[in-house]
Amino acid sequence: MKRVLYCLLAALMVPPVWAESMRLNMTQGVTGISQEVYHLHMTIFYICCVIGVIVFGVMLYAIVKHRKSKGAVAANFHESTKVEILWTLIPFVILIAMAIPATKTLLAMEDPSNSDLTIKITGSQWKWHYDYFDKGVGFYSVLATPRDQIENKQAKQEHYLLEVDKPLVLPTDRKIRFLMTSDDVIHSWWMPAFAVKKDAIPGFINEAWARIDKPGTYRGQCTELCGKDHGFMPIVVKAVEGPEFDTWLASQKQAQLDAAAKAKAALSKTLTKDELYQKGEKVFLAHCAACHQPTGLGIPGVFPALKGAEIVLGPAEKHIHIVKFGWPGSAMPAFGKQLTAEEIAAVVTYERNAWGNNVGDAVQAADVDKVEK
Amino acid sequence: MTTANPQTNETVETIHEETVETNHDDHGHHEQPPKGIMRWILTTNHKDIGTLYLWFSLTMFFIGGAMAMVIRAELFEPGLQLVEPHFFNQMTTVHGLIMVFGAVMPAFTGLANWLVPMMIGAPDMALPRMNNWSFWILPFAFLILLSSLFMEGGGPDFGWTFYAPLSTKYSGDSTALFVFAIHIMGISSIMGAINVIVTIFNLRAPGMTWMKMPLFVWTWLVTAFLLIAVMPVLAGAVTMVLTDKFFGTSFFDAAGGGDPVMFQHIFWFFGHPEVYIMILPAFGIVSAIIPAFSRKKLFGYSSMVYAVASIAILSFVVWAHHMFTTGMPKVALLFFMYCTMLIAVPTGVKVFNWVATMWKGSLSFEPPMLFAVAFVVLFTIGGFSGLMLAMTPADFQYHDTYFVVAHFHYVLVTGAIFSIMAAAYYWLPKWTGHMYSMTLAKWHFWCSVISVNVLFFPMHFLGLAGMPRRIPDYNIQFANVNEIVSIGGFAFGLSQLLFLALVIKCCRGGEKAPAKPWDGAEGLEWEIPSPAPYHSFTTPPEVK
Amino acid sequence: MTASTQSNKKLITYLVLGCLGMFGFGFALVPLYDIMCDTLGINGKTATTAQAYDQQVINKSRTIRIEFMAHIQPGMKWDFGPTTNVLEVHPGELVKTAFVAKNNASKRMIAQAIPSISPGLGAKYFHKTECFCFQQQPVDGQSPADFPLVFFVDPQLPKDIHTLTLSYTLYDITEKTLGEALTGPQAQGVTP
Repeated sequence: MKRVLYCLLAALMVPPVWAESMRLNMTQGVTGISQEVYHLHMTIFYICCVIGVIVFGVMLYAIVKHRKSKGAVAANFHESTKVEILWTLIPFVILIAMAIPATKTLLAMEDPSNSDLTIKITGSQWKWHYDYFDKGVGFYSVLATPRDQIENKQAKQEHYLLEVDKPLVLPTDRKIRFLMTSDDVIHSWWMPAFAVKKDAIPGFINEAWARIDKPGTYRGQCTELCGKDHGFMPIVVKAVEGPEFDTWLASQKQAQLDAAAKAKAALSKTLTKDELYQKGEKVFLAHCAACHQPTGLGIPGVFPALKGAEIVLGPAEKHIHIVKFGWPGSAMPAFGKQLTAEEIAAVVTYERNAWGNNVGDAVQAADVDKVEK
Repeated sequence: MTTANPQTNETVETIHEETVETNHDDHGHHEQPPKGIMRWILTTNHKDIGTLYLWFSLTMFFIGGAMAMVIRAELFEPGLQLVEPHFFNQMTTVHGLIMVFGAVMPAFTGLANWLVPMMIGAPDMALPRMNNWSFWILPFAFLILLSSLFMEGGGPDFGWTFYAPLSTKYSGDSTALFVFAIHIMGISSIMGAINVIVTIFNLRAPGMTWMKMPLFVWTWLVTAFLLIAVMPVLAGAVTMVLTDKFFGTSFFDAAGGGDPVMFQHIFWFFGHPEVYIMILPAFGIVSAIIPAFSRKKLFGYSSMVYAVASIAILSFVVWAHHMFTTGMPKVALLFFMYCTMLIAVPTGVKVFNWVATMWKGSLSFEPPMLFAVAFVVLFTIGGFSGLMLAMTPADFQYHDTYFVVAHFHYVLVTGAIFSIMAAAYYWLPKWTGHMYSMTLAKWHFWCSVISVNVLFFPMHFLGLAGMPRRIPDYNIQFANVNEIVSIGGFAFGLSQLLFLALVIKCCRGGEKAPAKPWDGAEGLEWEIPSPAPYHSFTTPPEVK
Repeated sequence: MTASTQSNKKLITYLVLGCLGMFGFGFALVPLYDIMCDTLGINGKTATTAQAYDQQVINKSRTIRIEFMAHIQPGMKWDFGPTTNVLEVHPGELVKTAFVAKNNASKRMIAQAIPSISPGLGAKYFHKTECFCFQQQPVDGQSPADFPLVFFVDPQLPKDIHTLTLSYTLYDITEKTLGEALTGPQAQGVTP
């Protein structure tokens, strides 16, 4: 309570530090559909305003003029079938007038023509995975805002919580089809600039599409409560011109092949404990610290501590297993697909030797590869 | 809240002892109310139980409100300051559950207990012992729910809508307690509903025909049928969540042949009528207050009754408008969009009726009227945003953003809660026998109505600008508006303390209230003295 | 007993029966939902049993693009994917294709594939005469498996559908089927 009061006081005395001004209305977006949705929104809004002005105006007039204190004497009329039919019919007509543009926009959203590119979007707690269908490119897209900004130890940047390590790159002027699914709970992929919001449902696929008119970077968020870090899984789309996209896709494909080869090579590499520890610390802070905390103490009752934990101090195999395949029925996700064997080896080594967990061993990529479900 | 006046009581008792016997079951309440705590635990008197419900609801309103304060304090500025995201989710979840099942619904049940027998000229509720049970299981339900917050792993954190599989595969063990609590709340509501229906069907005074019943009684009758129709469906849904989580069934698990989207269909089949359960009695209250302070008959009584009935029926065919983004074929999208839009017609009829009742009346603005007028205006604003949300294509932009949060708080806080406040100000003199401080009440009104708009109106902008709901932290562009919203929230929360002070003061004493403190009021409840005697109508009154 | 108590009892009986009925209705929504899915195409669920091939005419003038997608439950150490990502087929034509899977774990596992078609409305017109999703698929450790799929697209497929995406999500149901003890934290009684 004291803190709340303090916040209140601070707010009243200090002029707002957040210079960034907020848009107050729905975005017009950068697709034909999003423009249509915007105009529909404005049309309905204006109709509501007109109705509001009339109804509230009549009411206000009565409030001002028909007051007892002004000597108003109550009239005695009530029940008029004519009036009642009228005020049932008029709203009905207005509703039909609203339904026509709404129906038109909805039907326009169902464009059956073939698409140029299919993106499979997979939501998981709490990141997005994008797969360029039939193109051999796929990657995770994770929140890039540093923990220090979230914990108010560092100044927040303009795109605070709306920035990712790898944005979804899309071409302009091509029809892009999105297919959503999920690994765990229901997520919802929302890109306001495209007027696309579709739920990602585990076990099933859902579809939406967009044709982007303008190159640029567009930001959105997950909009279906999906657990603890629901507020921390942003969506960033970078739209580029067609040819630029093609070059990018080709380079990505090559890069992913190289990375796979590198990961394979890493399996036979042996790193020193120090190397692993240093690398592991970075991986830990990026992927594990949100729950287990940078101190390794977790949050009691919610996220287990790693410091002094039975599993971390026990045999490495079990430890690797949990990092790789997750812990069924808990919030611990499987990192096997997202991190390379080398990264898992590093983070496991780090956890086994940080915060006074002096197990002393070093886990190699090959050890990680051996462990299976 | 009631301080039953023994003198008045006695006279009524002695005169009508005979009639009581033949008129209803022997509830063992012919004697004076016993003193002390046992009076409240064993009571079968509709007024005592109504009082218990109302105090319970007020307590829950403050507990749920405290959680809202936590939420608003965390959202006061970007970054994580006060609570962890996990606890934040528990706050949003439990705030929602408490306000829906603990504050609004019991308040209406309390009002029904107090008013329905008095309004239809009955001596008591038809099933007084069940009435006692239906109240007394409620505190346990909420004790269980609240205690789950202190469990290891925390309380429910999956939103009050508890979508699977977040609430099944990915929830904590406290889910079992959550399910159990919901079951008890459901049983309590169903018992309350049965009681209301039986009372209205069987205990109406001679001459109280259907179309002479006050609108509050009508709206509650419809609400009670809605409760009976949908609370068991909710019970089914939570049972499936329980068995999915703990007993290996796969109703909502794709791996076992189930479907997570089915959960939403079942939930909203309950959930949409539930929304009307929380607003129909409010329509009844406002339809009693506006004519009273306009000193003019309600414009269209029968059209109001038909509007309520049609809203109730329509509420069963619009559930999927909560799930436009789950992926439905266009036929379904269009069907649910049209049906949802259709609800605007009977709702419009109601608003027009209220305005027409005020038109050329002789208006005065005592606290009940202030709240009722605010209700009409602000509920209509909530209706407008509801209409906007009904537009499927636009809903893809609004869904699950603060626009939705703004919408349902306009209909539930400035709608349902304001109507409950209006009801309290209208009938408090009848309940307590004392007038309350008009100055304090007006302060309460103006503080509430200003702060509530500072609290909820800017949320529309947040939603349109792209802020999702149920997030503990946000981009800095939303900071200024969230700051304003939080200040409005704290102010609204503090304003309610005025109400608490006023009610306590009014219960303890004050200027003696006449039988009919409002000159324009109509209805049987104003024909008995204030405070209302322990038994309302021991001889049924004649209704012209 | 007065007349009013009697009519109370009657009314209560009806109301309680109504409640029980609605509780039952909540569960009846489960099969009703399946019917709704079939007619409306929610979630693109396809039939769970084989359908007979009864097409005499192949509509050569129309080509439907069929995309195959595979999704594996996180943490499941399998490879799983279609042999071809995209097929162009004519309505009425019987098409044979396959998914390939490999169990990379050392122990035998049982998998269940859950199909989903997008757009959902297309599911009604996608008929499978043979599908690996009809049965549970046990695969030995370190062994590959061929998952055949034979299907045809109904010529009645609405004109505005040109592409159908068939996605399979593979779930590990070994524990569920064999009733083995869960490996979850509750069952093990360990807090990591």
